[in-house]
Amino acid sequence: MTANITTQNSDKSLLVTWLWRVLMALSAIGIISFYLEVLDVYEISIIILTAISMAYLGQDWPGFRWHAVAVAILSVFAVSLYGSDLNQSDSNFWLNYLLASQSAFMWMSALFVMATVTYFAGTLFRSDFTEKVGTALTWAATTMGMIGLMVRWRESYLLGADIGHIPVSNLYEVFILFSVVTALLYLFYERRYETRSLGGFILLIITAAVVFQLWYTFERNAHEIEPLVPALQSYWMKIHVPANFIGYGAFAMAAMIGVAYILVSWRQQKQGDSAWLRAMPSLHLMDDLMYKTIALGFAFFTLATILGALWAAEAWGGYWSWDPKETWALIVWLNYAAWLHMRMTKGWNGVPMAWWALIGLFVTLFAFLGVNMFLSGLHSYGTL
Amino acid sequence: MSQTKDSQRPHHSFAWRLFHFLGTMELAITLLITLAIASVIGTVLQQNQPYPDYVIKFGPFWFEVFESLGLYDVYSALWFLIILTLLVMSTSVCVIRHAPSMFKDMFNLRTNVQLKSLRSMHHRAEWLENAETNVTAANLQSFFKTKGFRTRLTEKGDDTLISAMRGGMNRLGYILTHVAIIVICVGGLMDSNLPLKLAEWQGRLEIETQNLPLSQIPQESRLPVGSQAFRGSVSIPEGRSSEVVYLPMRDGYLVQKLPFTIAVDEFRIEHYATGQPKSFESDLKVYDPDLAEPITTTISVNHPLIHKGYAIYQASFGDGGSELALEAWPLFADQGDAVTVETKVFETREMRWGEQQMLLEMTGFRPFNINPDPTEDDPKNVRNYGPSIQFKLRRETGEAFEYENYMYPVEREGREFFLSGVRSSPAEEFAYLYIPADENGELAGFIQFLQNINDKQRVEQIATQMKNETLLSLQTEDDQVLGQSLQKTLVTLVDMFIRGGFGEVRDFIEQTLPETERDSLAPAYLAMLREMLGRLYFEGLDLAADEMVDESELVFMQDAIDAIGTLPRYGSPVYLALKDYTHIESTGLQIARSPGKSVVYLGCAFLIAGVFLLFYLPQRRFWMWLKKDNQQTRVYLAGMSNRNPREFDSFFEQTRAELKAQAGNSVKS
Ligand code: HEM
Repeated sequence: MTANITTQNSDKSLLVTWLWRVLMALSAIGIISFYLEVLDVYEISIIILTAISMAYLGQDWPGFRWHAVAVAILSVFAVSLYGSDLNQSDSNFWLNYLLASQSAFMWMSALFVMATVTYFAGTLFRSDFTEKVGTALTWAATTMGMIGLMVRWRESYLLGADIGHIPVSNLYEVFILFSVVTALLYLFYERRYETRSLGGFILLIITAAVVFQLWYTFERNAHEIEPLVPALQSYWMKIHVPANFIGYGAFAMAAMIGVAYILVSWRQQKQGDSAWLRAMPSLHLMDDLMYKTIALGFAFFTLATILGALWAAEAWGGYWSWDPKETWALIVWLNYAAWLHMRMTKGWNGVPMAWWALIGLFVTLFAFLGVNMFLSGLHSYGTL
Repeated sequence: MSQTKDSQRPHHSFAWRLFHFLGTMELAITLLITLAIASVIGTVLQQNQPYPDYVIKFGPFWFEVFESLGLYDVYSALWFLIILTLLVMSTSVCVIRHAPSMFKDMFNLRTNVQLKSLRSMHHRAEWLENAETNVTAANLQSFFKTKGFRTRLTEKGDDTLISAMRGGMNRLGYILTHVAIIVICVGGLMDSNLPLKLAEWQGRLEIETQNLPLSQIPQESRLPVGSQAFRGSVSIPEGRSSEVVYLPMRDGYLVQKLPFTIAVDEFRIEHYATGQPKSFESDLKVYDPDLAEPITTTISVNHPLIHKGYAIYQASFGDGGSELALEAWPLFADQGDAVTVETKVFETREMRWGEQQMLLEMTGFRPFNINPDPTEDDPKNVRNYGPSIQFKLRRETGEAFEYENYMYPVEREGREFFLSGVRSSPAEEFAYLYIPADENGELAGFIQFLQNINDKQRVEQIATQMKNETLLSLQTEDDQVLGQSLQKTLVTLVDMFIRGGFGEVRDFIEQTLPETERDSLAPAYLAMLREMLGRLYFEGLDLAADEMVDESELVFMQDAIDAIGTLPRYGSPVYLALKDYTHIESTGLQIARSPGKSVVYLGCAFLIAGVFLLFYLPQRRFWMWLKKDNQQTRVYLAGMSNRNPREFDSFFEQTRAELKAQAGNSVKS
């Protein structure tokens, strides 16, 4: 009897998996044939790779499937509302209040902040339901952020055919990317490890990004779409930047788990037991997750740095120039390589590694922001 | 006794101990962190700048200290290379030491385990199968095969052992990751300028530090065509060509010969509607004696030309010697029009202004400047400030001021000003002279006023006029003494103003007036000066007697007085304006030969493959010990994984459940 139910279940999930794969394949084919005239072979490869990774991610992750479908439908809806007139964003109700990239980002920001508060409330009052609301809000925020990026992509083309570009080209755009990627990474691990009580901690860094983002928008008008400088006009940007941000997002997540780890072990020593402590995941699990996210970050950061080197060889005439941004990428990489060795071969774990993960975040932050703010070099786009 | 002790503690040679030390994890981690920290230096201190800039920044003492530490080119400093070498050696030792066991681990199914050790493993289970041992063994083997495991069956006396393994390539991941580090560093070494440094050190090469024309560069600074790596740049004006490229070395350069000639037809910048640059492109012709026809192509950023392993990139652009016609307006003369000067960018010519002999060095020209207001700190206020010229005026003493003049006026509170930046060294920011544009938007109004002020006769005349009026109002027309001193004072005030602006007048008041009278007299002096200047201004306008002066005239006059007041600090006897130009651009090409590139890329491929194998392909092992139990078979299952213990927990549980479900009955764990 029980066996039967499981097979039925797995039959059903097998069907869904296959449907999902077919949907991804069809979407890729659809997009490629629709835009065939303007795509080069690299861009076609990127679309196919994206479809494959999405097929993989979605095969046993229903949340991701819903997210992707919602982003697709709403983005297409927004694009169709725009037609060929950018001014629709002021006159059309849906665009103005929900789907124009600026509105979508505002929704994203608000939802992320709400999600942070909700997660913490859920943990503090030990309410599963509240924590689940936190998850739902995070999904909603991520979805709005992703829609915003998609719509902004289209808006840039409406601004001028030669201005159009993927929205990962300056500090403002990558901040949104950072929030969205970090949230997706967290949601992935949350489902796997049922760690909702970590949600508040991870969303805290996203909230920080969102606050910076809002300041950047209102103080510096950074949200305006700018045309691409010649050095950035390359298909490499489409893979180099997202790969980097999977790295940054994973490192940020590891650092926030580190914070939770340090707090939990500190409270445990001080008072031994409390409702909050019982709500938090075990130290062992957090340690494990910290390792996993740093490993993930390291893998993608390695990939991103190598892609960057390939791009540099094409744009600047050398795969490595010791440009400040490159050098800081190396510093970040060496730091996490040392972390991984400490853990794998020396068996270090616990509080020192948690602190190190947190310090790693500051090193990463400098590579990501500090270099643009304080140092000059070939990467000197997107200053504050 | 002592002998046995000694033989227990083996004597190791120095080489052995060194080898051992290099392979320790402590050293590896220390090196990783040291390298990271050392790398920071080069990002904080801008590398490979002209040496004089460093002297200005640090002063002569620290400049030398930093130079001897190699801080201006950290990444090829000896100590930095030593750290890198140590890291490569440490990694090599590590790979050498671990590779054999890793290889074994990749394929070895570990058939020599004992039942006892299996039963003490963390992941274990046992049950009874309703079948003969050989049937059970066949079933189990096929089960694991379908799950992607390699299996092997070993007879253990009466019992049977089945070993299974998946993900052996995880160990290959370790090898690839670490070999990659070595490969990448070797490739990097092949592309480095180490051979050049060596040649320089041995005295076979000499770095040229002066800015010489190509023909005068000595043989010791030239490199023939060869297979070595280099990365250099060359700037070629439109319509010209080059068959060499310059390799920057410390505070100088070397000249590398190319096996072909690159000619530049045209350099283009295209702009977006907003004014930002959209593309930089050069139309090139490459003449190679090996080719019947030259290669004709266009390169742009992100789209280099690669020919015979030489990659030619669009890197920068600059002026290629634009032809300029300048108007030189005298700033300290009482009359005369502008003199026209014909010159070229990068040309130096002599100029004579009255007594003064000067060298005019044209350093730059831009046909337009679409940028933020150079005098403000507001990056958003972007517009076109027209063409600009940069030049230096060098006095006989050798000291020089540097200037930057913009041809379109900037706007300030509704008024327009011509901007001229001046500074005495590249380390300073430009200070700006604001010359008010007249009602036609030109310089003429200002120059006219300036000439009036400098016109001695006119100043005397107006001083007389003013003296008479004053005496009249005091009703002391015939006070000769007062009259003369007043007239003298008025003329002197104007003189001082021309010499040093309001500052000079104030100094004069401070120094000559007794302190008690200063407060009451100083405003009077300044008022007199202003009145003089005002009269000098309106005198020049030919106004009808009863004509009203409008607000804008007054404002213009005030602005002009402010500008004239700063002229003494401007450092130049003339103001240079651009009349006409022919723009000739030059394209900045970067040319590189990197024979190590494919090695580096191979290393990168290893690294990516290695890291993903290491992290995402866990090595999982299972053992099943089968013991005959009457007609049945007792199965002892054990399993382990080298990473992701949490995932393995559930994987093991699932496997066990499936196996039991397959067995169907008489399960007893
Ligand atoms: C730039 C230098 C190096 C890099 C980038 C590097 C990279 C890595 C990475 C990414 C891992 C995987 C860590 C994990 O599983 O989480 C690893 C593991 C390891 N590394 Fe290195 N490594 C370097 C140098 C060294 C050196 C010098 C040694 C030897 C002293 C060494 C010994 C090891 C060992 C023993 C492992 C464990 C392998 C295992 O069982 O999984 N590594 N290394």
